[in-house]
Amino acid sequence: MDFTLAAQNLISPPVLFFALGVFAALARSELAIPEAVAKALSLYLMLAIGFKGGVAAGEHGLGLDLLTVIGAAVALSFVIPLIAFALLRTTTRLSQVDQAAIAAHYGSISIVTFIAATAALNAASITYPGIMVAAAAAMEVPAIITALWLARRGRQNGSQQQPTPWREVVLNGSVVLLIGAFAVGMATGERGYEDVAPFIVDPFKGVLCLFLLDMGLVAGRELRHVARTLSPALLVFGLYMPMVGGVLGALAALLIGLDRGGIAILSVLTASASYIAVPAAMRLALPEAKPSLYLTLSLAVTFPFNLTIGIPFYIALAGWLS
Amino acid sequence: MDAYKTYPKKRLSIIIEAPYLSRLLESLDSLEVPGYTVLPALGGKGQAGSWRRDSLSSDAGRMVQVILILDAEKVAAILKLVRKVLDRQMGIVTLSDVEVLRPDSF
Repeated sequence: MDFTLAAQNLISPPVLFFALGVFAALARSELAIPEAVAKALSLYLMLAIGFKGGVAAGEHGLGLDLLTVIGAAVALSFVIPLIAFALLRTTTRLSQVDQAAIAAHYGSISIVTFIAATAALNAASITYPGIMVAAAAAMEVPAIITALWLARRGRQNGSQQQPTPWREVVLNGSVVLLIGAFAVGMATGERGYEDVAPFIVDPFKGVLCLFLLDMGLVAGRELRHVARTLSPALLVFGLYMPMVGGVLGALAALLIGLDRGGIAILSVLTASASYIAVPAAMRLALPEAKPSLYLTLSLAVTFPFNLTIGIPFYIALAGWLS
Repeated sequence: MDAYKTYPKKRLSIIIEAPYLSRLLESLDSLEVPGYTVLPALGGKGQAGSWRRDSLSSDAGRMVQVILILDAEKVAAILKLVRKVLDRQMGIVTLSDVEVLRPDSF
C-alpha cells in the first residue's frame, strides 16, 4: 500500500474535520450543524459533482463507454447485496429482514464517500472519467430491489407485504439531482462550466470540510451506541464488507477497461454503504427491519473506515491493477 | 353566533415516520378530510432508541405529527384507514375531545 497516499489522505482537511466532528460528539460537545444547513451542503456537493462529471463526460463524448460503465455499475449494485446477505447469514443470527436491509446498504452507495475519493484523487493528481458520476447515480437503486426480493423470499406466504415504494426509490432526491446536474453539465459544456466555476469549484473543498464535520458529529453520536447495538460479528462485517465490495468493484472496472482513476472510483462506490437513500427506502418497504442496526453499521463503522483507511487502499489497489 | 360558544369535536393526532408522511396524506386526501396540519418533531425517545433532528443523516428516523380536527361521526372511517396505512410502521395515534370556536371549518 502506498503509505504516502494513506498519510496524505489522513491529514487532509476533510478527514481531519471529520475526526473533529467525531471527537466533539464523543466528548458530548454542544457543537451541532442545523439539519437544514447539512441538507443544503449535501445538495451543493451533489450538484457540483454531478455538474463537473457532466462537463467531463460531454468533452469526451458518450457512447458504448457510458453504457458499459453503467451496465457494470448496475450489475454490481444488484449482486453485492446477495454477497452481503450470504455473509450475514453465515456469521450472524439476525432476522432475514434485518440481514436483507443491511445488505441493501452495501449494494447501494455513499455519495459523500465518492466525493471524498474524488478529492483524494485530485490531491494525488490522478484523473478519473466524468461518467463515474452517472455510475454513482445508477448504483443507488438496484440494491434496494435485490434486498426487497431477499426479504420477501423469507416471509411466510400469506403474511401481509408492504408495496414497493417505487416512486420514492427511483425518484429519490439524490438520484434526481445527480443525474439532473450531470445532464446540465453535459448540455452546457465548457462554457457553462466557466460560468458557474466560482460557485461549484472554488468553495467545493471548504463545503466538503463543513459537511464532513457534520458527518463526524452524526457518526460520533452513532459510535456511542455501537457496543450496545452491534454484535462483534456485525461490527466486523462493517469493516470487511467494504473491502469485499471494493475488490469486486476494482476487478469489474479492470474487466471493462477503465483507467486507474476509474478503477479507484468504481472500487470506492462498491465499497461504500448508503446512509441516506436506502435507510429511507427501508423504513417504507421493510418497516420491521431495525434502523438502529443498519444506520449504526453504515454511519459509525463503514463510513469512517472508508474515509480514513478504505479510500487510500482502493486507490492503491487501482494502481496495482492498472 | 355567540362569540364565546364552543362546539365539541375530535382531535386525532398521528405521529409517524417522515418517509411515510406523503402516503398518509394521500390516503387522508382520498377520504376527503376537511383539513390537517403537519408539525415537525425535534427529537424523541421510544422503543427503537432516542433521536435528535440535527443528528440524523436522512429522513429515516425523523418523526412528524399530523393533526386533524373532525366530527365524531367521521372518526371511525379515518381510524380504519390510518390503521391500514400504519400497519407495521412506528408511530403513536391518539384521539381526544376538543372544543372549537368555528365548527363550520371542520
